[in-house]
Amino acid sequence: MIAMGFDNVYESIGEDNDDRHWAFGTGFSETLSGVEQSLPIGIDVNDLAAYCLMLGDDALVMSHRLQEWVARAPELEEETALANIALDLLGQARLLLTRAGVVAGSGMTEDTYAFFRDENEFLNVRLAELTDADFGALMARLFVFSSWRLAILKRLRASKDQVVAAVASKGAKEITYHRDYAAQWVVRLADGTDESRSRIVAGLCALSPFISELFTASAVEQRMLYAGVAADLADVRTEVVGVLLEVFSEVELEPQVLGAGYCALSARGGLGGELDSIRSQMMGEHGSGSGREGILMGAIALAEMGEHGSGSGREGIHTKAMVELLGDLQSLARSYPGATW
Amino acid sequence: MPTSNEIDCGFEAQDSFDAAIEDHKRIEPRDWMPEGYRKTLVRQIAQHAHSEIIGMQPEGYWITRAPSLRRKAILLAKVQDEAGHGMYLYSAVETLGADRAELTRKLIDGTQKYSSIFNYPALSYADVGVIGWLVDGAAICNQVPLCRSSYGPYARAMIRICKEESFHQRQGYELLMTMMSGTQAQRDMVADATNRWWWPSLMMFGPPDGESPNSAQSMRWGIKRHTNDELRQRFVDMCVPQAEALGVSLPDPDLRWNPERGHYDFGAIDWEEFRQVVAGNGPCNLERLRNRKKAHEEGAWVRDAAMAYEKKRAGAASVATSGPPR
Amino acid sequence: MTKDAKTGQHLEGLASDPADLPGSPSGSGHAAVDIEWPLFEVFLRSKRGLNHVHVGSLHAADAQMALYHARDLYTRRNEGVSIWVVRATDIAASSPEEKDPFFESSSDKIYRHPTFYEIPTNVPHM
Repeated sequence: MIAMGFDNVYESIGEDNDDRHWAFGTGFSETLSGVEQSLPIGIDVNDLAAYCLMLGDDALVMSHRLQEWVARAPELEEETALANIALDLLGQARLLLTRAGVVAGSGMTEDTYAFFRDENEFLNVRLAELTDADFGALMARLFVFSSWRLAILKRLRASKDQVVAAVASKGAKEITYHRDYAAQWVVRLADGTDESRSRIVAGLCALSPFISELFTASAVEQRMLYAGVAADLADVRTEVVGVLLEVFSEVELEPQVLGAGYCALSARGGLGGELDSIRSQMMGEHGSGSGREGILMGAIALAEMGEHGSGSGREGIHTKAMVELLGDLQSLARSYPGATW
Repeated sequence: MPTSNEIDCGFEAQDSFDAAIEDHKRIEPRDWMPEGYRKTLVRQIAQHAHSEIIGMQPEGYWITRAPSLRRKAILLAKVQDEAGHGMYLYSAVETLGADRAELTRKLIDGTQKYSSIFNYPALSYADVGVIGWLVDGAAICNQVPLCRSSYGPYARAMIRICKEESFHQRQGYELLMTMMSGTQAQRDMVADATNRWWWPSLMMFGPPDGESPNSAQSMRWGIKRHTNDELRQRFVDMCVPQAEALGVSLPDPDLRWNPERGHYDFGAIDWEEFRQVVAGNGPCNLERLRNRKKAHEEGAWVRDAAMAYEKKRAGAASVATSGPPR
Repeated sequence: MTKDAKTGQHLEGLASDPADLPGSPSGSGHAAVDIEWPLFEVFLRSKRGLNHVHVGSLHAADAQMALYHARDLYTRRNEGVSIWVVRATDIAASSPEEKDPFFESSSDKIYRHPTFYEIPTNVPHM
């Protein structure tokens, strides 16, 4: 005879429990509830769809890299943090890819965009797709990525496309958390041990070739800026430089990180005389006082001239890391044509 | 934290502990408790915590490979919950004087076990569904009674875990229903996964009552509420109609309704397989522990850095005055 | 394993050669000691108008990290509007053996409770 104290497995959960008020959350809401879905008048739909894909792909691809950290974070508490960030970005991606499909009227969905486009059809910046050598590299990349995306989303809250504006409005809050989380880790690692400092410096250095792309508007982005849909990347750049400098100065990253980032750039070679002139300029008038800003601006300028400046993720040109990423992302969905999940 | 056992409590303390158990009152961390009670709880909760953490791996593999973005979000949230549940449980076991670093070491060096179910591989995406349906279903059967565990922190952790896990089983079953209404290839995947996970799920309830030496004491202490066989029977009774609704058959020719007992009869479990997997010879034992060890070791420099940073800043700055931005 | 007398922290691996320790870089002079992050207790206000309630604990290197971790661990489902964290070692608690003397005094002061006073049932708003 089996004597069980419950008929339904969940029934007894509530017993002796006056903690219901916190154990389950309330007040969930849809980001797009009540948002005007119609297309803004006078906007090129192909451009708008492409712009949504750019913003959506950035989030999708960065989220993918964060998902790879599941079950391998340096401490359990970081597991939940990284997963939250990945989930936020995935949520943004889904809304933006869906919007792209609606705008284009192509019948494409979030899933057909994610799983059935080829590498050259992805429009994310290459910074989002890079692999991370370690947790320091991930935090360096997340810090730069989040600072940049936050600056963009803050401006997009006033976008002429109401859906983009709504996604940006929610997303800006989410990304503010991501940026602060990553910034704190950059500070901790930079001012932790010798090893952590060298790792975070290496992580920041590795990003150098992919910084300029963040602030270089593609033709679509330029047209969308004029149409009142997109963010102005020149403004974005000013804000991002300010944020990076604030964080860097807190842990005196002056000679080490920026210098090392700069060294990494110059070590790439091939920049010739222009490199020397910028270097001497930086050593000279920017050498003291506002030196950090000068060096960072100089580093960005150098990166813009570097050999990586020629291609851009926004034009569908990607690094080798993207091939492997898409293999992981897409192979299952592509193996079962006609399947529903 | 001084353990109450360091204090000479004598018979009075034992009596008051016994009375609390008798009256179904909760034992709280600073109460006196018999050493056996403490040890049993530490072992049980730690094993449970380890299972949550190791349990992230079989499904975690599929997060980056999920076939739709909706499924990806669901799976990521689910695996994240498992990390959270591991932490709730470590938190409970730490109230007994254990510390997490030491528990982690014991997990990694094999001194402490985790649920053997996670030593089986998740071979296809249908496994994600079947793990939710059967493995989480079995876990819920095991865990719901523990919401009334005599040890307060464990009971509270279990309440939170059970509430959160209610979505785990449902998402799995929903995935399977969707797959069963999909292509033939998908239905085949579901059948295959069900066949592989059914028997290991039954083993999750532990050895038969006759071979479970510590059960009686644990039940007297109120840290185990039902016997292994009771819970296993309950699980089988729950699953049969669920399988029928799904349209999959369970891989047991002896499975049939017994009107006299009012329960389903089921076939003999291969306990030799169970013993082999517990002994470390399961398909994925080595891989699971290796991954956990690697993550822990590769994270050492990060944990050290954070402590070094805090040491430098201690005293220089007061406690954070502003919370997270939202 | 040794135990730091002051903090009570387990100091793993101190006795072994630093070069053998995981994550220890060669030549940087830094030995990975892997001291566990201290324990913080977490209190959550689930909505305005309610008290903060103890919900559990977590590990963090510092208070700010603990707040962030608490947000990620204990408010995944919109459960809170405000979080407190405090180092477990900073909590002073009444001990169980003090129980009787500590709480005995209040146990017979029934006149602190409204039911002590008999008021005729026909008196309104009382």
